[in-house]
Amino acid sequence: MTAGMLTTILIAMLGGAIRVSTPFMFVALGETITEKSGRINLGLEGNLVLGAMVAYGVSYETGQPWLGVLCAGFSGVFLGLIHGLICSLPRVNDIAVGIAMMTFGIGVAFFFGKPYIQPSAPRLESLPLGNWSDNPALRSALEINPLFFVGIIMAAVIWWMLANTRPGVILRMVGDSEPSARAMGVNPIKVRVLATAAGGFMAGVGGAFLSLSYPGSWNEGLSSGQGLMAVALVIFARWNPLRCILAALLFGAAGAIGPALQSVGISQGYYFFNAAPYILTLFIMIASARSGASAAVAPGELSIVK
Amino acid sequence: MADITTGTFGTGVSTVRWRAGLEKIAIPLGALVVSALLFSVFLLALGKNPLTFYALIWQGGFSSFFSIQNTLQRAAPLILTGLAFAVPATIGLTMIGAEGALVLGGFAAAAIAVPLVVAEAPVVLTMLIMVVFAMSAGAMLTMIAGWLRHARGVNETISSLLLTYIAVATMNFFVEGILRDPNSANKPSTVPIGDAYKVGAIPGTDVHWGLAAGLVLAVLLYFLMFRTTFGFAARVTGGNPRAALAQGLPVGKLILACAAISGACAGLAGYYEVAAIHGQANASLVAGYGFTGILVAFLARQNPLAIVPVAILFGALDASGGLIQRRMDLPDATIQVLQGLIFVVLLTSETLTGRIRFFQPGIGK
Amino acid sequence: MLETRFSRRSILKSGAAGFAVATLPLGFATRAVAQTPVILGVVYVGPRDDFGWNQAQAVAIEVLKTVPNVTVIEEENVPETDAVTQSMESMINLDGANLILGTSFGYFDPFMIDLAKKYPDVQFRHAAPLWNDTMPMNLGGYFAYLNQAHFVNGVAAGLSSPTGKLGFVAAKPIPTVLSNINSFLLGARSVNPAATVQVIFTGEWSMPVREAEAANALVDAGCDVLTCHVDGPKVVIETAESRGVKCCGHNADQGPLAPNGFITGAEYKWVTIYQMFADMLAKGEILPNVVVGGYHNDMVQNSPYGAGATPEAIAAADAAMAALKEGKPIYVGPLNDNQGNLVIEGTMDNYDPVLDGMNYLLEGVIGSIT
Repeated sequence: MTAGMLTTILIAMLGGAIRVSTPFMFVALGETITEKSGRINLGLEGNLVLGAMVAYGVSYETGQPWLGVLCAGFSGVFLGLIHGLICSLPRVNDIAVGIAMMTFGIGVAFFFGKPYIQPSAPRLESLPLGNWSDNPALRSALEINPLFFVGIIMAAVIWWMLANTRPGVILRMVGDSEPSARAMGVNPIKVRVLATAAGGFMAGVGGAFLSLSYPGSWNEGLSSGQGLMAVALVIFARWNPLRCILAALLFGAAGAIGPALQSVGISQGYYFFNAAPYILTLFIMIASARSGASAAVAPGELSIVK
Repeated sequence: MADITTGTFGTGVSTVRWRAGLEKIAIPLGALVVSALLFSVFLLALGKNPLTFYALIWQGGFSSFFSIQNTLQRAAPLILTGLAFAVPATIGLTMIGAEGALVLGGFAAAAIAVPLVVAEAPVVLTMLIMVVFAMSAGAMLTMIAGWLRHARGVNETISSLLLTYIAVATMNFFVEGILRDPNSANKPSTVPIGDAYKVGAIPGTDVHWGLAAGLVLAVLLYFLMFRTTFGFAARVTGGNPRAALAQGLPVGKLILACAAISGACAGLAGYYEVAAIHGQANASLVAGYGFTGILVAFLARQNPLAIVPVAILFGALDASGGLIQRRMDLPDATIQVLQGLIFVVLLTSETLTGRIRFFQPGIGK
Repeated sequence: MLETRFSRRSILKSGAAGFAVATLPLGFATRAVAQTPVILGVVYVGPRDDFGWNQAQAVAIEVLKTVPNVTVIEEENVPETDAVTQSMESMINLDGANLILGTSFGYFDPFMIDLAKKYPDVQFRHAAPLWNDTMPMNLGGYFAYLNQAHFVNGVAAGLSSPTGKLGFVAAKPIPTVLSNINSFLLGARSVNPAATVQVIFTGEWSMPVREAEAANALVDAGCDVLTCHVDGPKVVIETAESRGVKCCGHNADQGPLAPNGFITGAEYKWVTIYQMFADMLAKGEILPNVVVGGYHNDMVQNSPYGAGATPEAIAAADAAMAALKEGKPIYVGPLNDNQGNLVIEGTMDNYDPVLDGMNYLLEGVIGSIT
């Protein structure tokens, strides 16, 4: 492999990390909020797909893509609230309801999304941050959507709030031990419902990015399981918002490896290169896992780690 | 082992058992009615007649011998993938990798069949080897996830999902590469096993033997999980892993065994997809049965016997989905919306378990 | 060449008709002439409005709905599994369908072959050239050779591209896709002998994020015209337009999606085939077992030229279309694949069955099929 080819691949990975990571980022951050409260919502794939459809539809009908983003968020709140309220009933399993909500959300999105496959909706404008460079590939890689920065700022804000603010402490307390939260006079159910709704909002916005920025169109095959994978990345990121960003970037960069290798003429075994994000994630998990290490930082009330 | 429900202690207890048993049927049926009512509102809002809709579900799913076969055929893989989720769930593992185990199992069966068919090996022997390969390949995949969980603390939900993507990539790599049948021009596949080596239908029906295999396994696994020491230990571990360790239960071996059963069930489903349906391995093996099985298992509350009727309900909805598209001019996603609604309401109804006085005559008097 | 090809076809056709008359009870033949109501079941692999393959089919099938004695029932999103058997049987048993059209490649073997054996009174037709006379006579195939329109795309692209570096986003390395890629290259080389086509396989028929990544990678590699063969070309076309390069379409007219860079696009003209079916059904005739075509019988077309097509490109593409209508061959040997092996020795007719098994990329295509 020559230096030129390596540069091409590295630039592609940089671009891929920026372009592909944003939906993972939003879903993973949303799930982090939810899981910190002791609930798991496996159904954010449904929020993502519904959000993508709603954002596209609203942007097409009104001509306002940012209004689409907002409505996508609220469609996520709608699904999140249903999940949160149902799971507040005793004996109801949050993982199962998550999968059911995923089916429901995707079904609703497909049902109402038929008329929006064809038309072109106004998309979110990207910021041309690479104009200083005369390398067109680099310039394109640095055409960055504002939502990417919103995601990073949100991660920092969530991280800071979890550590330093009263709502953050309450959220963590509810997630770690329901009895002690009750002893402090906190209503755990209320906190969890709000946390699930907030998580749903974030996932809906992640969907808006898919349909309004990259790849920037609505159809039924738009999400290839990004929502499901992003929920998995939260455990990978050990419930840390900053690590969620890293995980999403890594996943996005790995996803660019397959096409980039083919573009420099290495195409043997492209199925495995295309599976690079999954293989890489698995290896990192194996390498970094110690028995009990992730359980130690996991919210104590979380059913998946109990 | 001590399990009072297996003994009979006079009529009082049997009334309790009878009413408690009724609860297991009455609450889900009530939930089905509620979801049907909710969906009727949705249909009325769209200006469609709900009665026509439910009549079509009946017609497409149950009304004739053809419809019943259609339903059962669609239910067959779901029973096996439902079991694949339920067994590890009993021990506390949330494994969502049945899809990968199914694909890898089907691929392994089709791949090992290629030399055997060329050598004209005896049919029964070939089938046996294919089954063993399918179940072992599936089990291998889920055991990796189980072992990583036990030995390295890697979350099995993520690892099983990741392994599914890797399994599909592996199959595609071989099917479009060295194992590709040169005649499978536009749909890369392995060499067909040929009609002689295919599994036929259950006599008198068009339903393949995978349904029978699912029923037998459902019964066997019910006994394993609810009537043996192994099952008891697994359920104790699932309820409280620390207590299980403290009691000296071989948690690691139990986890690996449950993971292996899971992958073997899914791998067997893959075998039937190859040996009864496609006759070869190709990308059509990735049909989502593994993921649907998760919901089947949850709705059946991880009870192997309850998985059968739930899978049949799913099969009927799928079977009538086409009829609804054709007769009512509704998009295919209609059935998905209904399925989602049924799941949500059924899962919500679990909260009523043990809280309706009628079903608990012995409690709270 | 064409003549021999078509005489082979007409033998097949008359053979089919003869078989039907000779083996079926007389009553059936009379009923067929007396215009039995036709209940036509159509099965699609994806949503009917996917802006690609399924939509192209569904739009053309509308002409069959205008025939008085034909009732059309449709089912979408039916995967290439046992589900297709179940859906078609359900149409036959519950709706009384007596003619079934399966519009996805993977429906044929084993599903439609088995169904044709099981229901000898029902006619089955499949949208690919897979039928041969060893198979049941109530089964058949129809197909249009889109690679001819991709050849015209190549001609227009070769003269519209400043660098001669063209890019192709492809789903899977299967013969129909490879033939489109190779024809695109040969079209471009016919006007610019130095042209190259760089191909990236996504491995899936519909995977929008990876298609966008592949399109970006091709632009980054210096390609200034993109085209594709995936189920829904919208993402590739829109990505090309937003990166400021030109593009050629596939399956449907994507011109409006790329007002600056669109050159032209390769489109099926299914309506020609379905209109023929409609006329035959109106007369109570049984459909032929084999219908294939391309430019010469109006079964493929190119989208209206967009702003990306230069005047020379338009002139050359028009000339190429006219030549294809006359049967001018695309594959003229000797041609090597991009590994250096001689793969085509002499001149191939555009409908030569050998081409249906294409498993190589020609010299000038950058990429590998494994």
